[in-house]
Amino acid sequence: MTEFIVVTSGKGGVGKTTTSASLAVGLAKRGKKVAVIDFDVGLRNLDLIMGCERRVVYDFVNVIHAECTLKQALIKDKRYETLHVLAASQTRDKEALTREGVERVLNELRDEGFDYVVCDSPAGIEKGAFLAMYFADRAVVVVNPEVSSVRDSDRILGLLASKTRRAEAGGDPVQQHLLLTRYNPTRVATGDMMSVDDVKEILGIDVLGVIPESEGVLAASNAGVPVILDETSSAGQAYEDAIARLLGEDRPMRFLDAPKKGILSRLFGS
Amino acid sequence: MGVFDFLFGKENKNSAAVAKERLRIIVAQERSARGTPDYLPLMRREILEVIRKYVKVDDDAIAIQVKRDGDQEVLDLTVTLPEKNDAKREARENEKDEA
Repeated sequence: MTEFIVVTSGKGGVGKTTTSASLAVGLAKRGKKVAVIDFDVGLRNLDLIMGCERRVVYDFVNVIHAECTLKQALIKDKRYETLHVLAASQTRDKEALTREGVERVLNELRDEGFDYVVCDSPAGIEKGAFLAMYFADRAVVVVNPEVSSVRDSDRILGLLASKTRRAEAGGDPVQQHLLLTRYNPTRVATGDMMSVDDVKEILGIDVLGVIPESEGVLAASNAGVPVILDETSSAGQAYEDAIARLLGEDRPMRFLDAPKKGILSRLFGS
Repeated sequence: MGVFDFLFGKENKNSAAVAKERLRIIVAQERSARGTPDYLPLMRREILEVIRKYVKVDDDAIAIQVKRDGDQEVLDLTVTLPEKNDAKREARENEKDEA
């Protein structure tokens, strides 16, 4: 069985692509056959985060328009041979993606025996975002503990519950998970940032993971190495935990507490 | 918060609590409007105008909901009229004004 997972958020810049890359790598690391698809037509970026930008020859839209085969367009990852990247097209044509075209590509991936297809959604609620979520079995909703991100996420949860294939079929709904990113435990402790419990209470769905704000994320995107591969960074470890939970493991949340301050910094503030 | 912040009154406003409260309200409001037809807000305003030709009512006197009754969708419209005494008093006052 192939599982289609959409990584979505509504708001831009919250960490969808970072999450898609780490999710795909984390699953491939466990031996799963994984494809990760960039749905952000016109603003391709997953290739950079995955570190394969110089190997893009054909893209998602080429496959949809039958200008190449799916096999030709899938870029094999250099680190994990079961991991494949399908880049977004840089065309400015917003109508380049069609529901039938996307469905055909996803069906072909299913027939090829992929275990997981990770769909990296663009920001917003336009066609690209709609098509990224339409066929999903599961949704990872990436949210920052900040008002506009939380509100947009709730809008996305509403769309997942109404504008997807599963919603239209009326059977089992799309499984929804929250993934909090850019979490700063120190600011949560001082009351300047909403806590994971606050966000969970407002949105009312289970939390797959909390990714702390970490220097490792920028370093990873600079290098084109998904942050999950940086085992020394807190963000990488938190992604690792989140993927274990996605696969049904029970793991306690880490990195939720502010680092203890020494007596000097307590006295003089930070 | 360091000693100096404490001494010199850099107060902690706890903005996260404010954010949470604002979100709770707006999210609840948007969820209740979810799935209802787009024309509802405009229709609500027009119905309010029609009612106001005859009765003086507040802006929030009308509640519109689309409810599901088996296979049918039912437009549920509730109009709260002002209390009789209020209405009479108002009418008297209007007469006085006119007189």
